[in-house]
Amino acid sequence: MTAALTVEGLVTGFGDRTIHDGLSLTMHRGEVLGVVGGSGTGKSVLLRAIIGLVPPRAGRIDLLGTRMDEAGEEARRAALRRTGVMFQDGALFSSLTLRQNVEAPMLERFPGLDPRTSRGAAELKLALAGLPPEAADLRPSEISGGMRKRAGLARALALDPEVVFLDEPTAGLDPIGASAFDALILDLKRALGLTVFFVTHDLDSLAAICDRVAVLADRRVVAVGTVPELRATGHPWIERYFGGPRGRAAFGG
Amino acid sequence: MPAPTAEPVGPHLPEGALTLGTVDALRDALGPGTGPLDLSGVARVDMAGAWFLAASGRPLRGARPEVAALIDLAAAAMPAPAAPAARPSWRLPSPRGLVAGLAFFGRVLVLAAALPRHPRRLRLTSTVHHLRETGLTAIPIVTLMSFLIGVVLAFQGAAQLRQFGAQVFVVDLIAISVLRELGVLLTAIIVAGRSGAAFTAAIGSMKMREEVDALRTLGLDPVAVLALPRILALVIALPLLTVAADVAGLLGGAAMSWIELGVSPAMFVARMEAAIGASHYLVGLAKAPAFALIVGLTGCWFGLQVGSDAESLGRMTSRAVVVAIFLVIVADAAFSILFAVLGV
Ligand SMILES: Nc1ncnc2c1ncn2[C@@H]1O[C@H](COP(=O)(O)OP(=O)(O)OP(=O)(O)O)[C@@H](O)[C@H]1O
Ligand SMILES: [Mg+2]
Repeated sequence: MTAALTVEGLVTGFGDRTIHDGLSLTMHRGEVLGVVGGSGTGKSVLLRAIIGLVPPRAGRIDLLGTRMDEAGEEARRAALRRTGVMFQDGALFSSLTLRQNVEAPMLERFPGLDPRTSRGAAELKLALAGLPPEAADLRPSEISGGMRKRAGLARALALDPEVVFLDEPTAGLDPIGASAFDALILDLKRALGLTVFFVTHDLDSLAAICDRVAVLADRRVVAVGTVPELRATGHPWIERYFGGPRGRAAFGG
Repeated sequence: MPAPTAEPVGPHLPEGALTLGTVDALRDALGPGTGPLDLSGVARVDMAGAWFLAASGRPLRGARPEVAALIDLAAAAMPAPAAPAARPSWRLPSPRGLVAGLAFFGRVLVLAAALPRHPRRLRLTSTVHHLRETGLTAIPIVTLMSFLIGVVLAFQGAAQLRQFGAQVFVVDLIAISVLRELGVLLTAIIVAGRSGAAFTAAIGSMKMREEVDALRTLGLDPVAVLALPRILALVIALPLLTVAADVAGLLGGAAMSWIELGVSPAMFVARMEAAIGASHYLVGLAKAPAFALIVGLTGCWFGLQVGSDAESLGRMTSRAVVVAIFLVIVADAAFSILFAVLGV
């Protein structure tokens, strides 16, 4: 298996606060990699560093064969075209309808696209993400929080990316919606060979779809592996995380 | 249209990948028709390609398993075509907006009138902060502009007055126009662009992020918390800025009179004392609080009108500045009439 993403010795920080210190992580092609960690351990910052929004202080980031930390603007943009990102708070364009939100990256990539094509493809992506057809003409302010999550996923998928980064996509969804979302990610992974970087606090999602799980603690990735492998490490935070009542409910441990 | 019976299988799709970028070309190449399509040459499709094939309504033959899987996924998810919801693209400005704006004005006045009786309701920290933001930090730009206007007035006046040998009247020209009109008007316009726009943007982005709703749920009145301190600060700051503008404008005029006409500063002051009463200065200054009220009210009002999209923030900010400047000039005209009637 080749790597879709390799991070080595990453150091990031804001001001005099260090968020990551020597973090290393590898994500294989075609896998769903769960990323867990307490609130404020830097999962979102890691995601932003990988896609080049937070400049790293040290370390190497290799995304789909491009060194994101040192490549030029053009090369970085080319790599980003092959990835999709869903931010923690959706980050939909507030003045566009949901359909236009999904069409925006398509028209950016292929400026002369026939409106029938972009429209149809955008509506399909919205439907895939589980949104009803009426929602396509609404703006982000006119839909519920859970629908915004789905629209964020639809936009992340707009260009059929090879890798998608999802920051807590199921937070705030009802359990049925969250399970449907997990099933959708699995479907897409099977049909498109999607590689997924899946930041989540949702233990059910971890159990249902993640091939491996990376645990962020102490400014580093302290362990990566399947959930049984993680528990075998005996790390105290991991024990509390999976051994708590919610963890036992999800993993039957 | 090719008859399906004459062409049991075909047309063959071009070799290679069918993706978002190539769907349009394929649609043109295929033209209308319902005959079956042979997909054996298609190595790869993306979601847009799968959508196109699934939506074509044609029977599909010979697809590779990966391709077929994606087409099935698309077909299963494909939305039933929905009628696009009509959304009103524009609206006539309604008198209701005006009435609501006046109601807002009234509300601010009521809250302000209650302050002397309940001084603890005054949000002192916030007011002082805005006093600094709208007053202190505006001094450089306001005085610079006013100084330059004084220079321009003296320069233009000199050219005209020299023809009559009436150089000394340049003092009257500068003093009356700066003190009575230009000082306060320019200051109000600069402040409308600077602080009025800032009020709208700040309150509007709080509105967008539901911070205004959060205030309401905490039992706080957004008008009292957000608008009143800003408007109060402006009503205090604008007269002070006007004084600074007056001084700078006279300085600019005096400097240019000296250089161009040889009117020495001593002569300038003497002429001012002899010919210009304090009334011009007071008339100018009296307009400042009214202009401040206009700028502050429009800035805060349009901030509260921002919806939940970024575009309305921009629209309201520009509207606030345009309306404020327009109303300031209308008010200035009204003041001119009033003072003419009063004979000052
Ligand atoms: N732009 C920023 N400037 C300064 N500090 C920041 C910035 N962004 C994030 N941080 C800090 O970095 C740390 C990690 O934040 P991050 O958003 O990555 O947490 P997280 O792991 O995603 O948490 P959560 O699970 O709550 O989303 C936090 O302590 C936060 O205060
Ligand atoms: Mg986060």
